[in-house]
Amino acid sequence: MAMAMAIRNAASRRTMSPISGEFGLRSMSSWWKSVEPAPKDPILGVTEAFLADPSPEKVNVGVGAYRDDNGKPVVLECVREAERRIAGTSFMEYLPMGGSAKMVEETLKLAYGDDSEFIKDKKIAAVQALSGTGACRLFADFQKRFCPGSQIYIPVPTWSNHHNIWRDAQVPQKTYHYYHPETKGLNFSGLMDDVKNAPEGSFFLLHACAHNPTGVDPTEEQWREISQLFKAKNHFPFFDMAYQGFASGDPARDAKSIRIFLEDGHHIGISQSYAKNMGLYGQRVGCLSVLCEDEKQAVAVKSQLQQLARPMYSNPPLHGAQIVSTILGDPQLKSLWLKEVKIMADRIIGMRTTLRESLEKLGSPLSWEHVTKQIGMFCYSGLTPEQVDRLTSQYHIYMTRNGRISMAGVTTGNVGYLANAIHEVSKSS
Amino acid sequence: MNSILSSVLPAPEDPILSVYYACRDDPSPVKLNLTAGTYQSEEGKPHVLEVVRRAEQQLANDLSWNKEYLPLNGLADFNKLSAKLILGDDSLAVKENRVVTFQCLSGTGSLRVGAEFLAQHHQQRVIFVPNPTWGNHPNIFNMAGLSVEHYRYYDPETRGLDFKGLLEDLGAAPSGAIVVLQACAHNPTGVDPTFEQWEKIRKIVRSKSLLPFFDNAYQGFASGDIDSDAQAVRMFVADGDECLIALSYGKNMGLYGERVGSLTIVCKSEDVAKKVESQVLLVVRAMYLTPPIHGAAIVTTILKNSDMYKDWTIELKGMVDRILSMRQELYEALQARGTPGDWSHIIKQIGMFSFTGLNEKQVRLMAKEHHIYMTYDGRISIGGLSSKTVPRLADAIHAVVTRIA
Repeated sequence: MAMAMAIRNAASRRTMSPISGEFGLRSMSSWWKSVEPAPKDPILGVTEAFLADPSPEKVNVGVGAYRDDNGKPVVLECVREAERRIAGTSFMEYLPMGGSAKMVEETLKLAYGDDSEFIKDKKIAAVQALSGTGACRLFADFQKRFCPGSQIYIPVPTWSNHHNIWRDAQVPQKTYHYYHPETKGLNFSGLMDDVKNAPEGSFFLLHACAHNPTGVDPTEEQWREISQLFKAKNHFPFFDMAYQGFASGDPARDAKSIRIFLEDGHHIGISQSYAKNMGLYGQRVGCLSVLCEDEKQAVAVKSQLQQLARPMYSNPPLHGAQIVSTILGDPQLKSLWLKEVKIMADRIIGMRTTLRESLEKLGSPLSWEHVTKQIGMFCYSGLTPEQVDRLTSQYHIYMTRNGRISMAGVTTGNVGYLANAIHEVSKSS
Repeated sequence: MNSILSSVLPAPEDPILSVYYACRDDPSPVKLNLTAGTYQSEEGKPHVLEVVRRAEQQLANDLSWNKEYLPLNGLADFNKLSAKLILGDDSLAVKENRVVTFQCLSGTGSLRVGAEFLAQHHQQRVIFVPNPTWGNHPNIFNMAGLSVEHYRYYDPETRGLDFKGLLEDLGAAPSGAIVVLQACAHNPTGVDPTFEQWEKIRKIVRSKSLLPFFDNAYQGFASGDIDSDAQAVRMFVADGDECLIALSYGKNMGLYGERVGSLTIVCKSEDVAKKVESQVLLVVRAMYLTPPIHGAAIVTTILKNSDMYKDWTIELKGMVDRILSMRQELYEALQARGTPGDWSHIIKQIGMFSFTGLNEKQVRLMAKEHHIYMTYDGRISIGGLSSKTVPRLADAIHAVVTRIA
């Protein structure tokens, strides 16, 4: 024991003197010496590599955060004004476990409609959540607790973190067909087959608009058909709506899929996020809602969602919720916000057009129609991982290896360079 | 899902919140809310620190702050400064790069993230918490996938520490078991081990190969001094072995609703620390991706600036001094009324709370007849008292204690 102590002292250079027998049998090693290093997050890894690149020509079309035409992050004017009004006024007291009631109410209006009877009749169980991720995780925990045998059907592909969220909530996952690599569009028949073949009452994760990472959304007609089939199968639709306003520029239009399902009588769940459409990424503001049969059920479900929030973070953060309430609760600020969202969406739509036209002008043998057909923050370019690697190593252009381009990172300043590089790596394919 | 939803029962009411709501709904103009652990001014208003207001203004005027995603582990400066706050300026463990810190959502979030990491990667799934402890501890650990046991802590006879029971229970714990230790100002009892007792606890934890998980929610709020309140934690870390520490800025900076805290994990080596860090980041990513920026920005602004730091420690001491004087006033008021019983625990206990010793019957009577609200275990938040309200509280305790035993 004395020998072990001496070695231990040398190893740790402790200042305290050892007492013999103090450290028991595991004195030498760490509890966690067998812990494996975790694989790096693919998306964040791209930004890290970009930041480390000294090239003056480098372009970051990796992470899905909006940039203006100068490639700079944007704080919306309506947000700056809201912060000016808030600064110095808050008492920083705990929000209720379910978060800011005012913020939640305004948020439900965005998803369900300003005049939604469901809101009036108090049929929606809703809580403030930690952006979209937090809302999805709360729902996954709720699903685990109240439908313990159930699985979640997740589209292929999807935002990679969806898999992590439901896995950590210990809800088993299945996938359904979504993207069609040949058409670079929707594999509608594959999707409908999977919906039909899933056992009755299955849980499905749907992207309400601006699918991440493909930018491929069902048409309105297709949404109606999906909804009808869901009814026949009594499936539960859970919508992840992270890009409302960011797809078409019009929040009401972007919520169309949800409105169709509501019209058809589904009881749905929705995860909403203000990360992109209000630029509140780091504030972590969002909302989880579940449409219930009646007010009594909504009260019960809300109380259970709160029970799941309590052991995770007790109550949600105040500041981001205050920003949202301030903006959406003031008609002028809300109107300013809607203008600013449209500007962001329009800039992206414009860049899609410019990128496609540039590629066509360069004489690319491939079709780039999908660049303007796809919608939202991302373009699933169809580039292979090898081509992406060449873009990075030869042209210092950074994107995820699945060929996903964050259109928010494309500017009038870099679109020509980007088009040229894409053309170069793809012209012989 | 319809049938699933219809089978969802309303959750049982949170024992602390149900009292809070009862107080809120009480129409009496003289009602007194002593339930939640929030510090109020002499006027009974929520108290925002001066230095926090200054930090807020600074941030509001700084146009270079954008709202972009923080890294998964939060604000880098915040993490460095938080580690320093707990471990001290000259921590060997920090110098040896064996310490990893993650910005989390206050104490709750830090505990949950740490617990999920342990549930996934630690040999033992059992976690010991003191009896009694903060009501949310068992929920957090159960949800994370750990199984909760208790160790003896409070002795109702002495209204002090059941030290013998504590040592026995920890002595019987299986190797690798996680042990929650409240670093200072124990919630709900206000009873802390002495320095000498901490050393004995440390010895038994290490000799039995138990893993300490410190809940450090009141650093600075116990004695009024940041470093004194960190003594227990630093004593453990100084022996070179591993531990986890959850830190909250909710109380000591009055940032309750902004949810600011940190999880620090002290490892045996830099190599292990890196691996542990990478796995904790996965836990965070699947829970909420990245932590909220605002509260951490306020904390960083204050801790980084030596003038603001100094002002903060002065304000903190001011709050604690007021709490100490409220304790003294309440004790003297009970003595003056000749209230039966020994009330010295009120001035012996430390921190935000006092475990009055009132039983549930008495607590309900306090609410019903005197419109004074506290949790059913008899815990009052001293932070909610003022010189104006102490006499009323003393009257009510006297009335209730002489009415029913």
